[in-house]
Amino acid sequence: MKALLSGNEAIARGAYEAGIEVATGYPGTPSSEILQNVATYKTIYSEWSVNEKVAMDAAAGAAYSGRRALVTTKQVGMNVLSDSLFYTAYTGLEAGLVVLTADDPGMFSSQNEQDNRHYAKLGKFPMLEPADSQECKDFIVRGIEISEQFDTPVVVRTTMRTSHSKSVVELGGDPAQASEVGPFTRNMQKYNCMCLWSKKRHPILEQRLLDLAEFAETYPDNVISWGDRDMGIIASGVVYEYARQVFPKASFLKLGMVYPLPKKMIKAFADGVKKLLVIEELDPFIEEQIRAMGIDAIGKALFPPCDELLPQTLQKIARESGLLPPVEKTLPALDTPDLPGRSPVLCAGCPHRSTFYLLNKMKLPVAGDIGCYNLGTLPPFNAQHTMGSMGASIGVLHGMGKSNLPEPAVCTIGDGTFFHAGIPPLLNMVHNHGKGTVIIMDNCTTAMTGHQDHPGNNYTLMGKPTKEVDIETLVRALGVEKVMRVDAFDVKAMGKALKECTAYDGTAVLIAQGPCIFVSRNPQPAYIVDAEKCVACGTCAKAGCPATIKIDEVNPKTKMKKAGIDPVLCIGCDICRQVCPTGAIQKPE
Amino acid sequence: MSEDTYKFLIAGVGGQGTVLASDILAEVGIRLGYDTKKSDILGLAVRGGSVVSHVQWAPKVHSPVLDEYDVDYLIGFEWLETLRRLSYIKPDGFILANDCRIDPMTVTSGDANYPDKDRMLADFKNAAQQVQTIAGTRTALDLGNVLCFNIVVLGGLSKILGNEPDIWRAVIEDRVPTKVADLNLTAYEKGRELIN
Repeated sequence: MKALLSGNEAIARGAYEAGIEVATGYPGTPSSEILQNVATYKTIYSEWSVNEKVAMDAAAGAAYSGRRALVTTKQVGMNVLSDSLFYTAYTGLEAGLVVLTADDPGMFSSQNEQDNRHYAKLGKFPMLEPADSQECKDFIVRGIEISEQFDTPVVVRTTMRTSHSKSVVELGGDPAQASEVGPFTRNMQKYNCMCLWSKKRHPILEQRLLDLAEFAETYPDNVISWGDRDMGIIASGVVYEYARQVFPKASFLKLGMVYPLPKKMIKAFADGVKKLLVIEELDPFIEEQIRAMGIDAIGKALFPPCDELLPQTLQKIARESGLLPPVEKTLPALDTPDLPGRSPVLCAGCPHRSTFYLLNKMKLPVAGDIGCYNLGTLPPFNAQHTMGSMGASIGVLHGMGKSNLPEPAVCTIGDGTFFHAGIPPLLNMVHNHGKGTVIIMDNCTTAMTGHQDHPGNNYTLMGKPTKEVDIETLVRALGVEKVMRVDAFDVKAMGKALKECTAYDGTAVLIAQGPCIFVSRNPQPAYIVDAEKCVACGTCAKAGCPATIKIDEVNPKTKMKKAGIDPVLCIGCDICRQVCPTGAIQKPE
Repeated sequence: MSEDTYKFLIAGVGGQGTVLASDILAEVGIRLGYDTKKSDILGLAVRGGSVVSHVQWAPKVHSPVLDEYDVDYLIGFEWLETLRRLSYIKPDGFILANDCRIDPMTVTSGDANYPDKDRMLADFKNAAQQVQTIAGTRTALDLGNVLCFNIVVLGGLSKILGNEPDIWRAVIEDRVPTKVADLNLTAYEKGRELIN
């Protein structure tokens, strides 16, 4: 049977066909849809773990117990889980373990453009790289096979394009029935990384890599297809598809396994062509290894290390460098050249709006964090001055608090991000006499990645009811003495609480509470503007709501356009009414 | 299987149903017997940003991403977004532009001006041999649900392509929520009627 699947949907299908029984992960673009699709297969236990490291440990525990396991993460989540992934490379496992990392070349939704292929070399485990949805499915199955054959975790690396593009997939059969697992294997010398035992595991790990390199020579997903012998191209992942399109006549070595490399195969391929190209998105991971073999290749001397390496970029470089004949193409000049940009915005009715409206007014320094609320960085708010990694805001705030700044500092962190990595730094502030205000923007969901559940919710990924953790209780238990909980839609109360917290000499937590509009959809009738009362002062525009628009009527004195409200977008959250100084914005009768 | 190649680009605004439309278009390609690939830009774009979907039907598709100057059909869900992707259309390509304006934040805040519609249309005609506007949004509003405008536009596209309507109807039924299936099938027929 054939189906049109995204790479992420195909990975979930692969997990099913591979007989994976435990799947864990933390949401992050471009990986989030994998577990959401895994959850539709009832043979698999799946969960959103509290962060990537916890997900990795839980999957290791399942694989130690004899259950095949999968962990999913976006590229930067690998940094969080790598500490645990690395010990599994030493211990090996009782059943197959695959870690899926979805990288983000082009940085569509990430803070950096790291190339996670390097992790394979650093952590000493094999890595597979699928080029389309069919391979996304198949490589999960193969990953489990390799994991069990070589007693190693296997990492499968996709990119945004492989994860989010859809292509035709030939589906495989149902997995064999799950077997009973015996009692837990008590093999401390293998599974307890105490230094004296772990030291003995290291040579085993090194031998395993040699064995895998030999295996790679005949691995069926490393494929040579001979074409024109003047040009030979080594590529993997979706870049292989790009290169096939741009150089249809060339010879190709397509690597399905990007670590360890099949050196004999590469040598034979290089010997068989006149000019060798290594085409890689981001870093020269393969090129450097090939050069270390003493083989000359054209790679990063031509192809840039930044951004996606799309076919049109490849084509342009190939034509400019003489690899392909030049073609003249000119685009007709536009009559309307300056296009207004269309940045993402906080939705109409978003609970984060009041916080950023106030922070912009108070002009405080703000350490930001990762989530929808990073949109508070953009105009009209301009209200998050740093942002780096999950949970960083609280630690950064602590450092600011120890720096004798002439002004009080605050940080903004969402509920999901607080659960993920905000608890240890807040505990650190309490212990080390921190000073600053932590604003936990609690919208009751992991909003930006698609509204996944977290410990503050009363349901799990598999739809089971569960205990919801109350953030205020948790924060008080951590030892924070100044805690305020405020309705995020009450601008006045929020302003008062912010003043009180920022005047406090110590660690203060302000929980700004209001559900995401996608969690609790309770639209009220759209608000209206009394054009006679509106003086076109522009205050409402500072609340940055997409439903607040400008109308053609102007204030005769200032010639400024008066405000209006888009009745399709407005859900009556009331924030614009509260900030309007003339009472022009009104709730409808 | 046909030896023809079709390259489509759908340009819209987050929330307009661009991804659903490209899913339907890709599925139709499979049922017509083509190898099919599609690629969307997701992520932050869903919060009201620009969205673009690349869809290809061909005997064999390699790259899921299309090049500039290479698209046969540019399907614009919104004026400004259609203009933004104009560099993708082939000179002998076809632009199907939905008559819809959604102001970006920079325009509502007064920091930028929305381009003049006639000048945008002139740009479209300068870039592509065939340009057709379609009143998808108006038609959808008349049907009582603005969200089904994407299916009105796809209806128009299917007429332009000359495909067998039954395949489209079946895919639409499979892909849209059951409770709005009839509405969307009506939207599809209305879209076909809008194209002569």
